[in-house]
Amino acid sequence: MTESTLIQAVNQALREAMRADPDVILLGEDIGVNGGVFRATEGLLKEFGEDRVMDTPLNESGIVGTAVGMALYGLKPVAEIQFLDFIYPAFDQIVSELAKLRYRSGGQFPCHVVLRAPYGGGIKGGLYHSQSTEQLFTSIPGLKVVVPSTPADAKGLLLSSIFDEDPVLFLEPKRIYRSLPGEVPEGDHRVPLGSARIAREGADVSVFAYGAMVPVAQQACQGLDAQGIHPELVDLRSLVPLDEAAVLRSVEKTGRAVIVHEAPRFCGYGAELAAILAEKALYSLKAPVVRVTGYDTPFPYALEHLYLPSVDRISRAIERTVRAA
Amino acid sequence: MSVQAVPATSGDSAEGLSVPVRKRLLRLMLLSRALDERGMTLQRQGRIGFYVPVEGQEGAQVGCAAALEPEDWLCPGYRETAVALTRGVPLTLLLSQLYGGRTDLCLGRQMPNHFAFRQYRFVSTSSPIGTQIPHAVGLALAARLKGEKVVAVTFFGDGATSSNDFHSGLNFAGVYKAPVIFFCQNNQWAISLPRSKQTRSETLAQKAEAYGFPGVQVDGNDVGAVYAAVKEARARATAGGGPTLIEAVTYRMGPHTTSDDPRRYRSPEELALWKSRDPVERLKEALEKEHALSEEEFDQLLEGARAEVAAAIQEVEPLPPPDPLTLFDDTLSRRTPQLEEQRAAFLAEAPVSGRKE
Repeated sequence: MTESTLIQAVNQALREAMRADPDVILLGEDIGVNGGVFRATEGLLKEFGEDRVMDTPLNESGIVGTAVGMALYGLKPVAEIQFLDFIYPAFDQIVSELAKLRYRSGGQFPCHVVLRAPYGGGIKGGLYHSQSTEQLFTSIPGLKVVVPSTPADAKGLLLSSIFDEDPVLFLEPKRIYRSLPGEVPEGDHRVPLGSARIAREGADVSVFAYGAMVPVAQQACQGLDAQGIHPELVDLRSLVPLDEAAVLRSVEKTGRAVIVHEAPRFCGYGAELAAILAEKALYSLKAPVVRVTGYDTPFPYALEHLYLPSVDRISRAIERTVRAA
Repeated sequence: MSVQAVPATSGDSAEGLSVPVRKRLLRLMLLSRALDERGMTLQRQGRIGFYVPVEGQEGAQVGCAAALEPEDWLCPGYRETAVALTRGVPLTLLLSQLYGGRTDLCLGRQMPNHFAFRQYRFVSTSSPIGTQIPHAVGLALAARLKGEKVVAVTFFGDGATSSNDFHSGLNFAGVYKAPVIFFCQNNQWAISLPRSKQTRSETLAQKAEAYGFPGVQVDGNDVGAVYAAVKEARARATAGGGPTLIEAVTYRMGPHTTSDDPRRYRSPEELALWKSRDPVERLKEALEKEHALSEEEFDQLLEGARAEVAAAIQEVEPLPPPDPLTLFDDTLSRRTPQLEEQRAAFLAEAPVSGRKE
């Protein structure tokens, strides 16, 4: 175990994977000499050379399309999209090609590409360096969507993603890239995709969060302990596939649910969670499901602290839910 | 009338192609044409859902595919039936895909002409225009990294030169000097839009210059000329010389697909002009001029091709559709818990008669 930041854990996972398997290739903008704008690929060009750490022209569709071709050949490309906000030129490649190749070819052409993309707000990034649009991708059959919230999970989930058989969109919470270091296991540490983590056990209400919202929700939960409210915090870690059993188990225990995400509320990922609870856990619920989310607006610059779910907003929502009945 | 000038050749250039080879190519072109004849009719009769004819472009497709090696990768568009035939894909496999029946390697999941043949390195086809172009770059770079002396060839039309991924693919290939051949069949029409309104560029081939590699325009209805151009591009690519854009100037003699009526946008005179440049006729005439082919032999080839297609239809048409439960396979390597549940519900609700074993 060593203490690392989340971005260092990403770097360790990439290095580990590239040392273990010569088929792992990195490509993206500024990832070579510059080591990535967030330094996720620091030192990798020097160790593995420019055939395996490819600085690409500024064209996301080219990055993803080239990665798709490499994967069709049998390589394991890991492409960096500099910010999730810039992924849209590649949307056609992701939706029409990457996510459909296995299905449309009757399984002849599986296409395993990992797309790493920093996402989310809280860094004064304004409209185009802050968005959380995971729901655009979780609604596309054929893609996995993974979001770590701790350095250990960043390493473990990224290694599992790289050695998975399916396309994975790996969303990195850039707000906590450096601010919350943690213990990270050495070596080939893997965390299976599709398993949620109970970040904190509790009996009164289930709080569901992922990525950068996990530590915020954690703080809210801790603050409520003093008032005799003991929330359970479930870090989903993997949005597709979703660990539905863990979600239901928690709500069957607590009878209450608060869902937290940065993305806008309308048709957000929380809507799916709420629908699952309505379909499968209605008789366990003692209070309405509550969502704490970003607002249904573009992401603001000066007022981002009011837009993002805060400790206060989450705490109030939990209290309201617990006192509802 | 806006018909682009074709590089002047008459008859057919025989560069490097023996009579037996050219006869083999002629047979493939006729096989493609025979499949087109039946494909269009099968759709009109409601026996298949859709069809995309190659008619008019056989010289370009057969000439290109014949110049490649079996280990080269192909990233096709949806009008590449003659490429598949030249690769050696059996007619029954092609027809299985058109019918979407039990023997379709794609399990009936795609519209007709959206083929995928892993065994032939013929990559799965989609409908969006141009998305296959960067895939060829990735395949070529991967092959080079593994030390394999092969090329990746991507097929697309004049319309695709306006697509985002035409730029993405050519730019990446230029930067990395990837062993790729960009094979553009300029068939003059992107559905209803003529080549002249697709781009102000004088030729499509000249676009390569901006990406820093050669672009060549070739008479796409001259199978020998196409063959020679592709051979040269392939040799350059495998020698480390990087990519080539080939513009094969040809003509789509039929509709865009069975859903299209070209009389809405182009003149009978234009069609007549291009019919006089029919690649099948040109190869036939060239061989006849050399006394290497008789009218009788040609008719035999054509009838033979028609008989092969008819036999393959008979074999494939009666096959049942894919097992309904295949609906739930191959989205991911394993079903998600949610899809597993949907499959179970489907199984519980599906009438027994819905499963044709």
